[in-house]
Amino acid sequence: MSAPARGSIRRRLMLQLLGGAAVLAVVLFLIVQSLARNLAQESQDNILAAAASAMLDTVAMQEGELQVDLPYAAFSMLSSLQGERVFYAIHAPSGLVTGYDDLAPLAGAGTRFATGVHRGEPMRMITATRRLALEQGALPVTVTLAQTRDGQSRIFEQIIAMAATLGTGLFLCVAVLAGLAARTSIGPILRLTQSVDRRGPQDLRPVTAPVPAEMAPLVGAINTFMDRLKVSLQRSEEFIAEAAHHVRTPLATVRTQAEITLRRVEKEENRASVREMIRAIDESSRAAGQLLDHAMVTFRTDHLEPEEIDLGQLAEETVERLRPMAELRDIDLAVVAPVPARIEGDRILVQSALRNVLDNAIKYSQPESDVTLTLDHDGAMARLQVRDRGIGFPEGGAAPLTGRFERGTNVEGVVGSGLGLTIAEEVVRAHGGHLLAGNNEEGPGACVTLCFPAL
Amino acid sequence: MRHALLPRPLIRALLLLLAVLALPARPSAAFEIEGHAIFGDPDAVRMLRVLSVADVDVFGPVIEAFRAGYPEVSVDYTVASSAEIMTAIAEERVPFDVVISSAMDLQTKLANDGFARPHRSTATLALPDWARWRDDLFAFTQEPAAIVLSRAAFAGRPLPETRQALISAMRDAPELFRDRVGTYDLRSSGLGYLFATQDARTSEVYWRLTEVMGALGTRLYCCSSEMIDDVASGDLAIAYNVLASYALSRADLTKVAIVLPEDFSTVMLRTALVPQNAPDPGLAGRFVDFLLTSSWSSADVPQSPLSVSSAVFLTNRDRFRRIRLGPELLVYLDEFKRRRFLQAWEDAILQD
Repeated sequence: MSAPARGSIRRRLMLQLLGGAAVLAVVLFLIVQSLARNLAQESQDNILAAAASAMLDTVAMQEGELQVDLPYAAFSMLSSLQGERVFYAIHAPSGLVTGYDDLAPLAGAGTRFATGVHRGEPMRMITATRRLALEQGALPVTVTLAQTRDGQSRIFEQIIAMAATLGTGLFLCVAVLAGLAARTSIGPILRLTQSVDRRGPQDLRPVTAPVPAEMAPLVGAINTFMDRLKVSLQRSEEFIAEAAHHVRTPLATVRTQAEITLRRVEKEENRASVREMIRAIDESSRAAGQLLDHAMVTFRTDHLEPEEIDLGQLAEETVERLRPMAELRDIDLAVVAPVPARIEGDRILVQSALRNVLDNAIKYSQPESDVTLTLDHDGAMARLQVRDRGIGFPEGGAAPLTGRFERGTNVEGVVGSGLGLTIAEEVVRAHGGHLLAGNNEEGPGACVTLCFPAL
Repeated sequence: MRHALLPRPLIRALLLLLAVLALPARPSAAFEIEGHAIFGDPDAVRMLRVLSVADVDVFGPVIEAFRAGYPEVSVDYTVASSAEIMTAIAEERVPFDVVISSAMDLQTKLANDGFARPHRSTATLALPDWARWRDDLFAFTQEPAAIVLSRAAFAGRPLPETRQALISAMRDAPELFRDRVGTYDLRSSGLGYLFATQDARTSEVYWRLTEVMGALGTRLYCCSSEMIDDVASGDLAIAYNVLASYALSRADLTKVAIVLPEDFSTVMLRTALVPQNAPDPGLAGRFVDFLLTSSWSSADVPQSPLSVSSAVFLTNRDRFRRIRLGPELLVYLDEFKRRRFLQAWEDAILQD
């Protein structure tokens, strides 16, 4: 079960970086734009102001008449901004002195600028004033200049286009970098996830692969958690083994007492109920035994002590030990071992696995049937195959039954703990083999095969 | 045509009368026309209307060369003085497709005041910066002002190569040059005024020269061709600020010497513009492009008699002062400025 995903680090990172880049690009664009506009305007204003002042300098009163000697240099200055049209007018209080009669001075005092429309075209305009000192008082004379801004706006458009390209380029570069950065920073998390995912169910070793500093606390937390999990697992296994042991010993005493009682009881119906009692005690004892087995298997698979095992001999021994139980139900146990087979493994574990499988076979078989244990090997694998004539596995196969305490849906009425197949499976796995569980092809009954790598 | 002693309004009235009498077919034109011709079928569907200062016989070959490429187009060619062109375009708004003039200042004023229609083409964009102002004004010739001398008058004397040498020559032999010096009448000739103001701007020597010329009783002319005529006939010994292109195109060059002064030679650019109200701006643009490509594509252009071979400019780069196109040309058109300049000039040249 995984926690619901809220947001994505990569997406958040990308969005933040891209948002930042977009803001930066727009800011850059606006700065360049206003800078260009100011610069263009300022240089034009400077030229206009210089030209206007040069023109005012040539205004003089001669013999009671205003005289203007337009300076060529002033107009040369104005034409330094290439291809701009120029209009000029010099006004005295009495009206136009010289220049274009449709160009009126700008309102205001001192040197004033304005951007306006003259003769249907946008122009930059200036009006500068000079007070001619005369005997009868000061005479204010104004020079008004208007200059088109064609070149200015062309240059301005070019700068704007360049700024836009620059901004877009910056944004694209950052977008690519953001993608890379997001991927790089997510990388270690993905690698950690994969390394944890790849582990087997029993693998609770700490994660030791190096991770970035920011992830060290997370990995530390995972490792501590796994440690605690391992300890707590171990403790519960120990507890179960202890409990099973404590249950089994008094059960043996109870069984002995029940057998003694059986001999004393005369009445048939009382004997039947005592027999029933003994059977239940047997089952409980068996379950406790299996729990012990399982705890032992879990413990030993962690600390395997391999030795060379003759599977044929091991099979004989195990079958002999179970024969009394089989005979109680009139079940014939047969061993078929045409070839010798040897494996490397833990004798006690392999025996326990085989015992549990045989135990199941006997338990779920019809009385007066037979259970066959066949040993064979094909070079690579050695196989112990147990066939019975019982009810077989339910529809849906045997796979779920290798889980702890999982029992088939068709076993009501039969006492069992559901640990048998689990134990067998874990043992086979620990030896690098596998367990096959299915029904007989040619008739009723189950067929369970333990496969071990052969020597 | 010598009319230095006639008052200006009288000249205008006479010319107007002549124009009205000579051209009853064009009563709509109130500005003064000096010549008119139609090249090709007068009833052609496409008619290019050109207004120019150049005489019909001078510019005719250029028109014919253009019509070789556009045979279906007829060209209506009208000749007027630069001042009258100003009146026709700026005041009367007579519809013409192309205006060609040597008066760079007036052409610039037309463009500056918004009477030109922008024209952009590969031909105009190929022009160097100095040959184009905005997309309005295009130069297709470079014509230096020259001193034209009578070889007979200078027999046995060195030809003056600078203005200073010219002043010395006149001072040394005033009896030889008295009443035999000619120059433009700045009051009636726009080109003369342009050359004079540019000369005065470049060097003070212009005023000294004018003083000396005035002392010798200089005769005043309206046009370069008439000055050259008089030098060739021996009437004049010296003609100052004559268009070298006109002098060079003459057959009787043996009698005259054309001097491009070494100290500086002012170069006028003949320019074309398309008026704002051109009836056929597309055709006008093609004609302008034709002028530009034919005069700029090769060093020496046979069909453009007004253009001086660019080799001259390459070999004597330092002496030539090209008049710059731009709003500074408006300065001497200013009423005060003009009055002041003409006053100074009259004081110098009319000493009697």
